Amino acid sequence: MRVLLIEDEPNITEALRFVLSRDGWLVDTHADGATALRAIADKAPQVIVLDVMLPNRSGFEILRDLRAQGSSVPVLMLTARGQQRDRDLAQAAGATAFMTKPFSNADIVAALRALRPSDAPRVSP
Amino acid sequence: MARSALTGTRIRERRLLAGIKQAALAQQVGISPAYLNLIEHNRRKIGGKLLVALARGLHVDVATLTEGAQTAVIDALREAGGAQARDIAGSAPELDRLEDFAGRFPGWADLIAAQRLRITALERNVAALTDRLAHDPYLSQALHEVLSMVTAVRATAGILANGGEIERDWQLRFHRNIYEDSQRLAQGAQALVSYLDSEGKEAVALSTPLDELEGWLAARDYHLAELEGADPAGAPLETVMAREDVRALGGAAQSLLRAVAAQYLSDAQAMPLAPLSAQIAAHLPRDGLDPAQICAAFGTSLAQGLRRLAAVPATDQGPLAQPLGFVSCDGSGTVLRRKGIEGFAPPRFGPTCPLWPLYGALQRPMQPLRQRVALAGQGERRFVAFAICAPQGVQGFNRATVWEAVMLLVPEDLLPADPAQPRRDEVLEVGTTCRLCPKADCAARREPSVISGPL
Repeated sequence: MRVLLIEDEPNITEALRFVLSRDGWLVDTHADGATALRAIADKAPQVIVLDVMLPNRSGFEILRDLRAQGSSVPVLMLTARGQQRDRDLAQAAGATAFMTKPFSNADIVAALRALRPSDAPRVSP
Repeated sequence: MARSALTGTRIRERRLLAGIKQAALAQQVGISPAYLNLIEHNRRKIGGKLLVALARGLHVDVATLTEGAQTAVIDALREAGGAQARDIAGSAPELDRLEDFAGRFPGWADLIAAQRLRITALERNVAALTDRLAHDPYLSQALHEVLSMVTAVRATAGILANGGEIERDWQLRFHRNIYEDSQRLAQGAQALVSYLDSEGKEAVALSTPLDELEGWLAARDYHLAELEGADPAGAPLETVMAREDVRALGGAAQSLLRAVAAQYLSDAQAMPLAPLSAQIAAHLPRDGLDPAQICAAFGTSLAQGLRRLAAVPATDQGPLAQPLGFVSCDGSGTVLRRKGIEGFAPPRFGPTCPLWPLYGALQRPMQPLRQRVALAGQGERRFVAFAICAPQGVQGFNRATVWEAVMLLVPEDLLPADPAQPRRDEVLEVGTTCRLCPKADCAARREPSVISGPL
């Protein structure tokens, strides 16, 4: 099961890569908003973890374009704000789930397991 | 009823002050002592000939009995009462006995009015801070960074605490990450505290720089004595800006004050106080106050003249026994400057009455307006409003014109008595703000009034 983690904070990326790898995910990472769509096309993940505040392009814009391209890949959005307005924006952009920073490792693991497509091949942890 | 209520209290105070017995005064004006007693205790309405007779018997003007210095206090109390009834279920302040309360307990009334203003200012502060939290880009970015650091620390610490077997290299790497993130977190938090601390100083007692400026001007009765007759070469503006109470203002308020003071200096040079006072004194008792005539004498624009007249101080020795009111607004109708006077206290916060001649002038730029006005529910007191809307600054082709409307309010009792009583339709009944206006069936009403009937 392949997850693409689009997050610009390197230590968060490193910690999540470690945690998710231990949970059995194949983790790819990307840090730049402007080239995120190309990374998604290249890596073809089954699930995407997408930060809202990215350099050069916001997560909302990336997600809107992704959905406009017809992609239905599950997307978990990460943001530092938990306001209803951001949740509404994420939902309107086509997010599958929404998580507010700071979160626990257990929370994100559980959220990604819930988003895992049922027909995707399982990888043993 | 409310005006009568205060009037009754004042009649009693004046009678006691003059040492006149109730029975003697009653006999003099042709009523029974019992009826006078009811009037004095605000149990009976009073007006017309009887009021004039009582004033004569007490050797005071009618106005002394009918006008208090408490219009602003009464308005604030009414606002407080309305807010209380709205916000706190089951509370029912006696709004119909409000002036009676103010007359009997002026100290408490002042305190409640001041607290209401304070609450309003604090509510605005909270709204402004909430707005800033949501929209301040620096704050948003700083909070995002702090939360990102916290997320990194939490995720990494979670691995170390619960991760089971972790290779030595990974352990060292995560320890280093936590150390780096904690350093950045500390720096981010310090920067955030520093930012909020320095910004907070701007928002202490008053809500906006305009409020600060207005408070400063009101404390000086809108008259800047140090700029009267000042030599521009002597840098009088710097003298004002160097004052201790000016330096205590926020930076934005100081900038506003500098602009206001510069305009004041320009007005004072165009219309020096001594000849201006002489002009007013020469015409006021006989012909009344004609701003157009005065402006023509000094060769100034009407807008400048109205602004300047509002800055003439009211003194026993000067030409004006009472101060003149003033309000100005920009093209959007937003009030820029307000100088309240007895009987006409523009609201400090929130929208004003759209019926003011000020807004009439805004709709007809460069056309001077003269309009008799009366405040709805405030009895017989009338004002003459002079208003004009004029462009500000330098104009040019294909450039947006910036308009400003100004309105001067002259209490009608300052003017010579008009033998012909104005027809009812010649007097425009206006309010200060909808919430405090009892005018029924007003086409301009934008929100319900807290007053159910006449004041």
